[in-house]
This record gives sequence, C-alpha cells and structure tokens, in this order.
Amino acid sequence: MKLLSFLFTSSIGRKVLMAVTGLSLVAFLLVHAGINACIFFNDGGETFNHAAEFMAHNWLIRSAEIGLFLGLLLHIVQGLSLTASNTQKRNSKYGASAGNANSKWYSRSMGILGSLLLIFLVMHLKHFWVVSRFTDAIQETAGSTLFDEMVLVFADPLPVIVYVIGCISLAYHLLHGFQSAFQSMGINHPAYTPIIKGIGAGFSIIVPLVFAAMPIAMHLGWIK
Amino acid sequence: MSKLMKLNLKVWRQKNAESAGNFEEYKVDASPDMSFLEMFDVLNEQLIETGKEPVAFDHDCREGICGMCSMVIDGRPHGPKQGVTTCQLHMRSFNDGDTITVEPWRANGFPVIKDLTVNRSAFDRIIAAGGFISTNAGNAVDANAVLIPKEVADEAFEAATCIGCGACVSACKNASAMLFVGAKVTQLSKLPQGKPERESRVVAMVNQMDAEGFGACTNTGACAAECPKQIPLSVIANLNREYIGAKMNGK
Repeated sequence: MKLLSFLFTSSIGRKVLMAVTGLSLVAFLLVHAGINACIFFNDGGETFNHAAEFMAHNWLIRSAEIGLFLGLLLHIVQGLSLTASNTQKRNSKYGASAGNANSKWYSRSMGILGSLLLIFLVMHLKHFWVVSRFTDAIQETAGSTLFDEMVLVFADPLPVIVYVIGCISLAYHLLHGFQSAFQSMGINHPAYTPIIKGIGAGFSIIVPLVFAAMPIAMHLGWIK
Repeated sequence: MSKLMKLNLKVWRQKNAESAGNFEEYKVDASPDMSFLEMFDVLNEQLIETGKEPVAFDHDCREGICGMCSMVIDGRPHGPKQGVTTCQLHMRSFNDGDTITVEPWRANGFPVIKDLTVNRSAFDRIIAAGGFISTNAGNAVDANAVLIPKEVADEAFEAATCIGCGACVSACKNASAMLFVGAKVTQLSKLPQGKPERESRVVAMVNQMDAEGFGACTNTGACAAECPKQIPLSVIANLNREYIGAKMNGK
C-alpha cells in the first residue's frame, strides 16, 4: 500500500488517480449509454427492461458496481480537494486576464463542470437508482418497470431541463478530461495523441447527445 | 525616426512583499522600434526627473536568453507575441493610444520583492534538489562510443532551451511549475549521463516543487502556449512517466 500512497500525497500522483478513476467512469458511461439506448427500439421498453433486469441481477455486474461507486467517490473527493488546493496557489489575483488567449474555458472549469455533474448525479440517482434498489415502487410482478419510472419522471419538464444541463456539463467535462487523463498518466506521443484527442472529442459529443436524447424523446412522447 | 506612440500604462506598484500594492497610471511616448523594456526605461527616466520612485523590474541580457525579464502584459506573460520574452517584444506590437496593463508574475511560489520584480529562488531550490548530474563520467571517450539517437538528442536539447523565467507558472491557473520541472527532468533523463540518477532526481524535484507551493497540473496547456522558448506539453507527460515509474519502483 505504501507503494501507492503517492496517489494521495503528491501533486502528480493525485492527478494520476483522477485519470485512472476518470477513465473507469468513461468505460461505465459507454455501458450505461448502450443499455439505455435500448429505449429507442420504441417497443414499450421491452428490450430496455430486459437489459436492465440483467444488469440488476448479474453478480458480476453487481460486484463491478461496488468498484464503480468507489472510483466515483475517489474522483469526486480528490477532484474537489485538488480544485480547492489549486485555487489557493495564487493569493494575489491578476488585474487583467487573458485566459482564452492560451487555453480553453472548459479546461479551466473542470471543478465547476464536475460540481454541476455532481448535483445532477444526486438527482439522477434519486430518480432511478434509489427507486429501483431501495423502494418497492418497481414491482415486476405488479407490472411496474424501470421504463415506466422513466416515463413518469420525464413527463415533468423540470427533470428534462436538469438532465439536458447535466449532459452539456458532461460533454465539456469529457472534452477536456478524456485526453487530459492520458497526459496525466504520461501518455503523449506524436502518433497516438492526435488519435486519443479525436476519439475523446467524438466520445464527448456522441455519448452526452445519446443521453440527452432520452429525456427529450420521452417528454415529447416520441417513445412510448 | 518613426513617429512616437502615445501610450497609457497601468503598472502594478508594490513597496515590498508585505504591502498590498495597487495599479498606478502613467503616460509614455514611445518609439515603435523600442523594446518593451526600453519603453520602461523611458518611463523610469520620467519618474526620476519628476522626483518619483522608478518602477522596479527584472532584466539582464535583453537578448531573450537569460530568463530574467518577467512582466505580465495585458494578462499574458511576456506579452501578446508567441515565442518571445518581454525584452524581445517591441512597441510596434501595440497601437498608438493603447492602454497596457503591466503586472508581476503572480504566484505564491514567487513572492513579489518590489513592483514587478518577484523572487524566483523557488526554481533554484527545485534545481538544487536534483536538477543536476553527479555521477562521475570519467575521461572524455570517443564521441562515437556513446550512441544517442538523433531524435532523443533533439528532445533533450529542445527541453534544455528552458530559460527558467517562470512564465509557465504565471500563466497557469494553478500556478503550477510542471512545465519548468518537466523541461529539466526531460533534459537530464534522456541522455546517458543523466540516466543513473533519473529516479531519485524526479522524486526529489517533484517533492521540492510541491513544497514550494506550486499547484498541480490541470493540462490546460496555458504554460506551453505562453512559454517564450515554446517548450512543448510533452515534457509534462514525460515528467509524469518518469515520476510514476520511479514511484512504482519504490523510490
């Protein structure tokens, strides 16, 4: 364990932990988007419910869920603490600032984008994860499913707006975070870095777009 | 002689590290052919003639190679041009009637000494922690006995062009010194003479960097964009790689 203590103590190590946990969350997003996109079969949620049922009862997936929450927690705590410590490194502020001349706004706003995502996530977990795991609102025997819960939540316009804002935050968070993770782990090569950046940009646009399409499509009644 | 430009300056004045400091406004007539520092010489002569305290600023070679000059001009270290130091920035890069804001490097790791001069000895302490080679290389051997691929030599030489001015720290939102440390670690770890100490070196230098109060790297790229020697971001990735390797090796 001493060998890995640098992940919590040194400036480089703390960023390595952000990168590793961040990329594991990227992998989760891909699975999550893939499964939820099953609603677009527009078969009354049959395919989606089938996939959700598998994810909820497969022991391998349930074990991975523990790792996912651990990674998420580390990413959040480390991210907030890094942001707090980084902002204390310049007590006297500049009178004139020209940040956009040398960097992108979203690369300088990862703390804010991440905090927006955290607020969204609390609401999102409350809507679906808590409801499906810890309440008896969803009773397959009684004919109530996770798809029905989606229909219910997205009938109200407020969650739809919050989810779309969450997806926009996610897009910009990923646009910087995906490629930044590789740099933090020391992966930078003239041949591979442009490929990593290309995949990162594609992922950051497509995945949040797929997610945002779900509440919008359900609210507008395109999916029944 | 070209026509003089009328400039309005907003210059940071600070008596010493303890005092608060504030912006003062001045008017200067400058030739477009002057360097930014020569324009400041004109300002200081005006101030001395009127019995006021001249503005303290760092400078030495005025050829862009020593790394002493250190002004943040309109929010950008070394001004609006890419790949130049303040001393090599000329007034022709500005327009007649411009208002120019001039500030010191701002970072907790670089406390202000007076006005625009800051104390950059934190960089010296990072170098003293490990930025050197202490292995005995013995007599000079035949040049062809030590084979170094051209690309590797180029990478080391590119990193070695760092003049240690601190523009990277001043541009970074976290006041991080990763580009500086990355350049020094890359320069030394790429070549055979520096390899025996590469692990202990990178750990010692990063420990010192953290202790000096510089922030972590967010990979915004501001440092490389503002570096007067155009040191690339890849040196930071190399630093991360060296550091992770050393740590995983128990160093």
